[in-house]
Parts: sequence; C-alpha cells; structure tokens
Amino acid sequence: MNSLRTTFRNNLKQYMMLFALVAIVIAFQILTKGVLLKPMNVSNLIFQNAYVVILAVGMLLCILTGGNIDLSVGSVVALVGAFAGTFIITWGWNPHLSILLCLGIGILIGVWQGFWIAYMRIPAFIVTLSGMLVFRGLTLIVLNGLTLAPFPSGYLAYSTGFVPDPFAGLELFGVRNTTSLLVGILIAVVYCVIQVMGYLGRKNKGYAVESLWTLILKMAVISPAVIWLFYILASYRGIPMVLIIVGIVLLVYSYFTSHTVMGRHLYALGGNEKAARLSGVKTNRLLFLAYVNMAFLAAVAGIVFAARLNSASPQAGQSFELDAIGSCFLGGASAYGGVGTVGGTLIGALFMGVLNNGMSIMGISSNVQQVVKGLVLLAAVAVDAMSKNKLPFNLPRFGKKSLEGQQSVES
Amino acid sequence: MAKKLLEMRSITKKFPGVKALDNVNITVNEGEIHAVVGENGAGKTTLMNVLSGVHPYGSYSGDVFFDGQPCRHQGIKDSERLGIVIIHQELALVPYLSIGENMFLGNEQQKRGRINWHQTHQKAEEYMRIVGLREDPRTLVKDISVSKQQLIEIAKALAKSVRLLILDEPTSSLNEGDSRNVLDLLLRLQREQGVTSIIISHKLDEIAYCADRITILRDGSTVETLDNEGNEVSEARIVKGMVGREMTKRYPSRSRMIQDDIAFEVKGFTVYHELFTERKVVDNVSLKLHKGEVVGIYGLIGAGRTELAMSIFGQAYGTKAAGTVIKDGVSLELNSVPDAIQANLAYVTEDRKGSGLILNNSIMHNLTLPRMDFVSENGRIDKDLERKTADHYRESLGIKTPTVEQQVENLSGGNQQKVLLGKWIFSQPDVLILDEPTRGVDVGAKYEIYQIINDLVEEGKSALFISSELTEILGMCDRIYVMNKGKIIGEFPAHEATQEIIMNCIMQESKGEIGA
Repeated sequence: MNSLRTTFRNNLKQYMMLFALVAIVIAFQILTKGVLLKPMNVSNLIFQNAYVVILAVGMLLCILTGGNIDLSVGSVVALVGAFAGTFIITWGWNPHLSILLCLGIGILIGVWQGFWIAYMRIPAFIVTLSGMLVFRGLTLIVLNGLTLAPFPSGYLAYSTGFVPDPFAGLELFGVRNTTSLLVGILIAVVYCVIQVMGYLGRKNKGYAVESLWTLILKMAVISPAVIWLFYILASYRGIPMVLIIVGIVLLVYSYFTSHTVMGRHLYALGGNEKAARLSGVKTNRLLFLAYVNMAFLAAVAGIVFAARLNSASPQAGQSFELDAIGSCFLGGASAYGGVGTVGGTLIGALFMGVLNNGMSIMGISSNVQQVVKGLVLLAAVAVDAMSKNKLPFNLPRFGKKSLEGQQSVES
Repeated sequence: MAKKLLEMRSITKKFPGVKALDNVNITVNEGEIHAVVGENGAGKTTLMNVLSGVHPYGSYSGDVFFDGQPCRHQGIKDSERLGIVIIHQELALVPYLSIGENMFLGNEQQKRGRINWHQTHQKAEEYMRIVGLREDPRTLVKDISVSKQQLIEIAKALAKSVRLLILDEPTSSLNEGDSRNVLDLLLRLQREQGVTSIIISHKLDEIAYCADRITILRDGSTVETLDNEGNEVSEARIVKGMVGREMTKRYPSRSRMIQDDIAFEVKGFTVYHELFTERKVVDNVSLKLHKGEVVGIYGLIGAGRTELAMSIFGQAYGTKAAGTVIKDGVSLELNSVPDAIQANLAYVTEDRKGSGLILNNSIMHNLTLPRMDFVSENGRIDKDLERKTADHYRESLGIKTPTVEQQVENLSGGNQQKVLLGKWIFSQPDVLILDEPTRGVDVGAKYEIYQIINDLVEEGKSALFISSELTEILGMCDRIYVMNKGKIIGEFPAHEATQEIIMNCIMQESKGEIGA
C-alpha cells in the first residue's frame, strides 16, 4: 500500500496533467458544440501536432540532461525541409533516398552542436541560439529565399497519407475503414496481454507487485481509449501514416528512457552530474548523444512538416522550439533536469494541441490564443513548484524554509 | 565579575529523526574569547544557527538572552542588528567584486541609494588597517589569497560594529602561519577593541592557545565548560570531554584477519590542481593495502586526501596525474571512472549530496547506478532483478524506509549515507576508498557504518579510510598514514599511534622539519 502511494505521489504531476487534458477535451467538446471530436477534426489534430510530439520527445532528452534546451530545432526543421525540397523538387532525386540523406544531414547538425555543448562545455542555450540563426540563414541560402512546391506523391505518402485499407467496403460496425478499427482492437488486446503477463511473471517470481485493482483500472481506462480513438479514425479516412511515425517514436523513446541502462544514465546525469560521473556514467558522451538525437528527430519532424505543407518554405518551423519546450514542462519535466517522462511529454503536447485547435474552431483570434497559451504554461509549472514546497499561500516563508533545510544536514 | 553578553538556556532543536541539540546551555562573557568544541555532528553549527537566526525563533525550544534581553530572531537580519556576526567556514565573499564592495555588501556607504565610493574605499582601508592588511580596496577579492580573504571577512564584521563575532572553523583552510595570524588578530581585537568572539574549531592546539573559556558539546548536549584563563587546559583534557566514553565502545570490534598479500598499491603518485595546473596537490605518494586491512589516511582539510583518492579513482580529479597503481600484482591503467569501477575499485565520496547521490531519484536507482550491467542484459534493465537487489541491500544495510522507491532526498543523513555505501558495496569492489564515511551522521548510525565496514574487510576486501576525525581513525584502522600538504609524512601501525604522535607529526612537518 505504501509503495502504491509513493508511486502515485511520484507521478502525481502526470496524473494531474492527464485529468487536465481530459477536462480540457470535454470543455472544448462542449464549447465547440461537438466539432472537436468529429472524425475529421481528430485526424486534423494528429496532423497538426505530429511534428510537435516528435520534437518534444527529443527536447525531453535534452531537458533530462540537466535542464538544457535546444532553441535551434525550428531552424533545423526548416533547413531539412529546404534540403528535401531541393533534392526532390529541384533536382528530381528519388524521394526515399532523399529522406535518408536528410536524416543524415540532421545527424551531422547534431554532431556539430553536440560537440560544442558536451565537449567544449559551452552552454546549450548559447550554442543552440547560434544554431537557430545559422540554420535559418542556411535555409534562406539553400532556398534562395523562395518556396519550393509541390512535392511528388511518393514523398507525401510518408506523412499526409493514410494507411491503405485492404478490407475496404467491409464496413464492420458501420465504420468506413475497417482496418483502422481492427488495428485499434489489436493494440488494445496486445497491451492487455503484455500487462497481464508482466503481472503474473512478477507474481510467480515472488516480487512485490502492484495491486490487482490498479492493473485492472489501468487496462479499463487505456484499452477503451485506444479502441475509441481508432474507431473515430475509422469513421474518417483511417490511420494517418504520420500516426505510425509518431507511434514508433513514442514507443522507442519511452522504452529507451524507462528500460535501458543508457536511459537511466540520462536521468542520473540530469539529477546530479558529479555523482553520475563518479558512478561511472560517461557524462560528456551522453550529453553529446542527446543533442545528436535531438537534431535527428528535428530532421524527422522537418520531413513530416514539409510534407504537410507540401512545400519547402524558408519560414517553416518558426517558434517550434517553444511548442516543444512548452510540451515538456507541461508534461512534468523539471527545468533542472533529471525528471520527466515520454508519456508526460505526450500529454503536454496534446494539451497544447487541443488548446490551439479548440480555440481556433471557436474562432478566437490568434493574438488571444498566444496569451492563453503563455498563461497556461506558467500556471502548470507554478502549480508544480508550489505543490513541491507545500506552501502555496505563504510565499514569504519560502526563503527561510529552504535555508533551514540546507543547514540541517551540515550541523 | 564579568558581564554576561550572551546566555543560551536549555536549547533543544530537533530535525526529522535527529535531536541535533538537547538541552544545551552556554554563557559568553563580555570581552572573552569563547571556544565551542565537539566532534562532527555534536551540534556546534546548529547551535550557532539558532543564535544567528538561521533557525528562526519557534523552531527550537529554550531561551536566548543577548545583553540581558530575550531574543526572538526570525532571520539573520535580526541577529545582525544586535551586532552578532557569523563568519562561516566557506567564506561568503563575492569573488568578482572589489574588497571595498565586499566589505560593505548589504551595508553600503550610501545616500538615497547612491553609493559614496570615496567613503567606501576610505573606510575599507581603515578597517583593513585594524586587521593588519594593506591592500587597495579596489582589488577584486578573487585576486587575493584565502588567508587575506579571511581577514577581509573579519574586517567586514568590524564594519558592521560587531559585538559578538562568531567564527566557524576560521583556520580550516589556512596553513600554520596564517592560522596563527588570525588567532593573534582575535587576541589583539579582544585587547584593543574589546571584541567578544566565539570560535568553533577542530584544531585543539589553537583553542588552547587563544580561548578564555571552552564549552564542550557531545551528541547535542553540553558536557562542560572549562576555564582556560592561564592557558593551562591541555588538549588531552579537551579530547576527554569531547569523546567522553571509552574508545572501545564507540567502535565495533572485528576479528583481525589481515593477509600477507598486498591487495592494492600506489607508487609515486603525483597530481596537479585542476585549475591551477602548476600547483601540486598530491606529491609523490606511495601507499599499500593488504587484503582484509583498514588503512587510514589522516590529515587536515586541504592536505590533499580527497584529491589523492579521486585521482586514483580513474583520474576523477586533477590533471597530469602520474604514478603507478597496482592491484593484485597487476599494474593498472585507470583513465576514467568506468575503468576504475571495472577494476573493482570503489570511491565513497565525502560529499554525499554534492557528488554522491542523485537526490531526486529513488533508493533503488541510486543503489544500482555504478554497476547497471549487474542488473541488465544487452543494455536492457531487468527491473525485477533490480528491485530484488535493492530490497536485499535495504535489509542487509538496515536502511530505514518502507520502500526502495522512496526518493533519497526524503531520507535522514544516516540513511542516505547507508545508500551511498550500499551502492558501492553493490559494485562488488575489492578495494573501497572511503572518504569521510561518517560525516554528518549521528552516533548510532556511525556505529552501524563501522560495522558494515568491518563486515566488508572480514570478507577479505580492503578499505582506505580517509577521515579528519582522529579518534575515528585510531578506532577503526589497522595502519595509519599521515598526510600533509600533498605528501605522506608518516606511517604508524594502529597499536603505536596515539593522537599526540600523529598531531606532532603534522606539527613538525609544518614547521619545516622532517618528522617521523
């Protein structure tokens, strides 16, 4: 019971954000008179936020290393899009090879920035601020200030296309796209099987296990949610290709951060760099890789985004870095590093996405939208900070309290 | 009859899980130098924090009277207004501000928010003259030596028209000559300006030299107050008060099973400072450890002990490290911490919060960090095995917590220290380097930690035990190296070593003679 409570408390921020997400979805569903969750709009939401989620996952790893952020991702998105446009549209290269080449360029950008940040120890803020200018400038040079369009369909399929439907016309449960529904059910079943197997395995080996009710509750919430999402998608044009890309990114990185040695080392590095180094963590290399990975994911996002715009534009990706950073902090990442999860980041990104989309449907001007988004970000982080200090309404005592805490150990 | 300047009556202060002060009484007379001594964790710093208002009124019980008036400090500002100034062990000067700016920081020579620089510098020179310094007040603090910075701190206190000056380990980072300088200054200020001071120090010879009265704390209680008018109190007398009990009871006994094989050897080790690469911090050190042996390194703070330990541990400190490291007869190339861990070395840091533990991670994650490869396969963590391992160490080390998921920052100091030790025991080392393993830990937990160390060496492992508590070194070690200014200056088997012999060894070396 105690361990359950600890787990709950440790994840409280995440649960709070999840409730907030559900609340905001319901609120906008009512305010937009049901437009928000219409099948077409749900597809739209996915297209609009795919690149934000991809960037936010990369940003999370940077933030985990110690509150470092990457300001250059918006420019990298634009530069990669510009290269994709030049290779495919201007030079007429094979789209598939061009995409591989673009990912390679992303990695090179990461190597450049990671080198200065990790090995020369120049603050990430400064290196990526420089990158933001440099890569935006390079975008303009590559595109010569012009927009390239349109991309051939072979390229667009990666991002704006839908998964083909071999069961077309079957119309199971009256939906248009049966494949989508089947995939949704399959995912829900696989999820439940994995959960139950893990539970039984632990129980057999005699390890402490979570209570059966927690498990059932988890499955009872998540499985219907997944099936419901795919049901909605099935009522429109099926599963967007980009959802598969995002899904793979989320799965891979969520596994990486929670189940691998390297992922654990990342949390240690952000939690206390000196202690991590003295425990044998290769801190410089890890910091370097976090930035290489960030630029790689920015390249993925660049390809997805160029396909969505169906053009390579010099203005693409502006202020994407802020969306990505905002998603991480909304999702419970610590500005000091060492705390944050991929799941939380996804929730943060969806929260921002629904907020954007809902306000747009309601016809609220984009000027007001920015104000609202800014305030929401501050509110989320402030609630977190105050709940940690357990002193929400007595701020003047805060300074003394913390001082006392420090002293207590030395005496 | 001297007038009482300060009186603290039955002060009791509790921290979660620890009673830091238990009914402490202390009286300081006007114009005297009053020493407060006690072992680490005896409550000296806590007592001073109560006095200065760092621990505000209400967070402790008991009464404080200053100049006959009851005090209810809510913060440092309140105590400073009365003229109580505390100079901490780590100097609180801003390195990139000038001497003058530092001296009047928070006390600026100003008129309606505009600083009067002429007056600032003039007054700064005036106060510097009192403490015997001749520096341009426009010099940046980072450009003067540590001993001069210490004097600046005292001058700064004088500028605040200090009535009671509290010095917390004022000489810990100074050499013998500079230390004597500071003490003489205190005596002169007492004579000429009538300044009352409280001095906290581990260096008993200094206390015997300058204090008029000595209050001894042990385990959070006042043991006694000794009169030292004629400087007649011997160091041994102070130690007796500090330690109190028979030594044998403080340290668990272990069956001595030192083997003849040399487990670990360091030859001709030299390391230079990380930033000032010309400065030698470890100078041609050689030492060896047998299997099943606890070997102590004693030295004052700044002797280079931590630097030696960290540079042996995969060059985690310093530059241009040179020398040989031999383990089980094989010479090792340890160029990084992972190398050292792979070679089955472990280094338990002296600073558990700063460089030992990941405070916002769970006990489990901290325990397994040094050897994730023991609980993973091809880079994939076996979470069940990890939890089982963590639970095992929680039980065997007696870490008091309901679950290993608990974040380390929520544990008491003693339990945190056990997690730190545990993570290095988990790494299955043959040689443990323990740097101040009982710092900031209460007496009960100390005993348990000693017991853990004993269990380890009884299994045939070796431990290098670094400590600045001489009693602890004498109680725990089979053999003792004495280190000073980066060099090993003496080696004693435990049965020959006494507090006096070791302190003499350091003293003689400091005077420039070859000791021992």
